[in-house]
Amino acid sequence: MSNEANAAAPDAAPTPPDAAEAHVPDEPRRDFLIKLSLGLGGVAALAVGVPVVSAVLAPLLQKNPQAWRKVGTLTDFPVGSTHLVKFENADPVAWSGVSSESAAWLRRDSETTFTAFSVNCSHLGCPVRWEQGAGLFMCPCHGGIYYKDGSVAAGPPPQGLTQYKIRVNGPHDVELLTAPIPITNITS
Amino acid sequence: MKILRSIWAWLDDRLGISDTLLPLARHPVPPGAKWSYVFGSATLFCLILQVVTGVALTLLYQPTSSEAYKSLQFISHQAVFGRSLRAIHYFGASGMVLMVGIHMLRVYITASYKFPREMSWISGVFLLFLTLAMGFTGQLLRWDSNGVWSAVVAAEQVGRVPVIGTYAARLLLGGDTIGGQSLSRFYSYHTLLFPALLFGLVGFHLYLVLRNGVSEPPVPGRLVDPKTYRQQYQAMLKKVGVPFWPYAAWRDILFGSATIIAIIGLALIYGPPELTQPPSPATIYTNPAPDWYLLPVFALFALMPAKIESVVIFVGPVLTVLVLLALPFMASSGERSPLRRPWAVFGSVCVVVFMVALLRLGLQAPWSPKFDAKALPPTLVHSADPLVLKGAGLFANKGCLYCHLVNGHGGHRGPELTEVGRRLTPGELRIRIVNGGGNMPAYGGVISEKELAAVIAFLETRK
Ligand code: FES
Repeated sequence: MSNEANAAAPDAAPTPPDAAEAHVPDEPRRDFLIKLSLGLGGVAALAVGVPVVSAVLAPLLQKNPQAWRKVGTLTDFPVGSTHLVKFENADPVAWSGVSSESAAWLRRDSETTFTAFSVNCSHLGCPVRWEQGAGLFMCPCHGGIYYKDGSVAAGPPPQGLTQYKIRVNGPHDVELLTAPIPITNITS
Repeated sequence: MKILRSIWAWLDDRLGISDTLLPLARHPVPPGAKWSYVFGSATLFCLILQVVTGVALTLLYQPTSSEAYKSLQFISHQAVFGRSLRAIHYFGASGMVLMVGIHMLRVYITASYKFPREMSWISGVFLLFLTLAMGFTGQLLRWDSNGVWSAVVAAEQVGRVPVIGTYAARLLLGGDTIGGQSLSRFYSYHTLLFPALLFGLVGFHLYLVLRNGVSEPPVPGRLVDPKTYRQQYQAMLKKVGVPFWPYAAWRDILFGSATIIAIIGLALIYGPPELTQPPSPATIYTNPAPDWYLLPVFALFALMPAKIESVVIFVGPVLTVLVLLALPFMASSGERSPLRRPWAVFGSVCVVVFMVALLRLGLQAPWSPKFDAKALPPTLVHSADPLVLKGAGLFANKGCLYCHLVNGHGGHRGPELTEVGRRLTPGELRIRIVNGGGNMPAYGGVISEKELAAVIAFLETRK
């Protein structure tokens, strides 16, 4: 239809290429070219996508090491006392500054045994405080409270405080094994 | 003069100013929309303000974990107009959240989301959440101890997503723990990714206004019928429509400018939010709380019964988004006037009251132990009995005062005990203290028999 109209009026604006070539018989070639262009576009997108998506997902792809960190010596912690200890995370980047620090509540239960609690409340992660007089851990955010063994005493926390591993290395170094921030899941 | 005119003619021809742009600016809009329609454009004004002040702040801000805090100190205390810039950016964010909220309420109350403007509503829903995401990430960029702990709280929240929760949390923090990588990510989201999405969606949102027209003010009894709506709308425009520029636009510009002037005024009076301690996750003596516009969510998490909370943290937002997205399809035709949609108005009022109530609670945070509560002075203990005096001391020392109010001292988490001696016998007091229950820890294992007697003696004098 449109071809006839064009033939009748040669002065008219050039026919849009689609309409003119829609009847070109060389269908297979055209088909191939379309597929080629789409395919190549896909390859290009993939080639860019792999590194970009990997950069986004890097935290899940890379290895997350753990490390033993010295938090003090035996003489620093009298038996029965509870202390806030600071340590450096396992694998800080050079530009972390103080943000790669973590803290734990360390208690010396006996001459040889220690317990270390994560400071992260199991509710929404806020930093819990050890209240010496009360003998309880208390959370400032929504009033979660834990007994001194880390189990839930009151408030919204769904589970007790997570613990770190502690060892005494050499004659008197107290060391703590770094660990991820404990994330409470929906099933807890 | 002639040269200028020919330059104009050339530009006008090549850019299509009179052919394409002016007709857009002059597109006819329904009359009578008046002042209720200015909130969308006020949001846009705020967005522009945020972009401009945001760019200015990036000239000063150091987006690395080790330097961000120092650069914020510099911005707040030394940089030329740095303090004002931070303050304007903060109040601009507040203004934008507020305007988005009011705009959305207006659209809902006048049912402007109905045919053919469903996609305007849907893109608006995404814009709402992007705005909140900008607010949250922006708050984190303050990268003080509050910022660091807010990031942890956010990670714990996404941690509740079933199956992928832990991965999502790691992804948010950029690793197992807070660190240098965390801030880089938030910075990228806040200054590149989210703004890019915002610009795209705002463009789409505006394009739809041109495509479907601004909704006319609703008239009770005039129903939206998808079959005839467009024709009626066009006919109405032909008859009574007025050019957007300048007959409707002046209100938008006036209100938008007033909004910005108000924001700057507030910024100059109140200044930016103060920085807390440096961004060390080992700084635990801090009480993380979000800026005011996220406080209602924060309050909700504090108030929710612990049993259902894990589920609600995940299901709540998903359900909210789904309902919002489904709204224009569930009610795409019919009555638009709020006068004939009392339930819609009632619902909106409920949402606003609920939000304001949560905000007020969030500001008071009565569920937080009051760690700085001071022991009762002897004048208030008002007793010469050494046992009672000892009990009063223990009441503070054992942390009871953090949660219980006595004679105006103490926290609000638990019941007030100023007159507890009238309500409970010593035996009942003993049972409650030893066994706890609900939000009260069982003190049985924490308190000695002698101490318990002293505390009970003290409480019995409270009448
Ligand atoms: S984060 Fe500790 S009670 Fe909510």
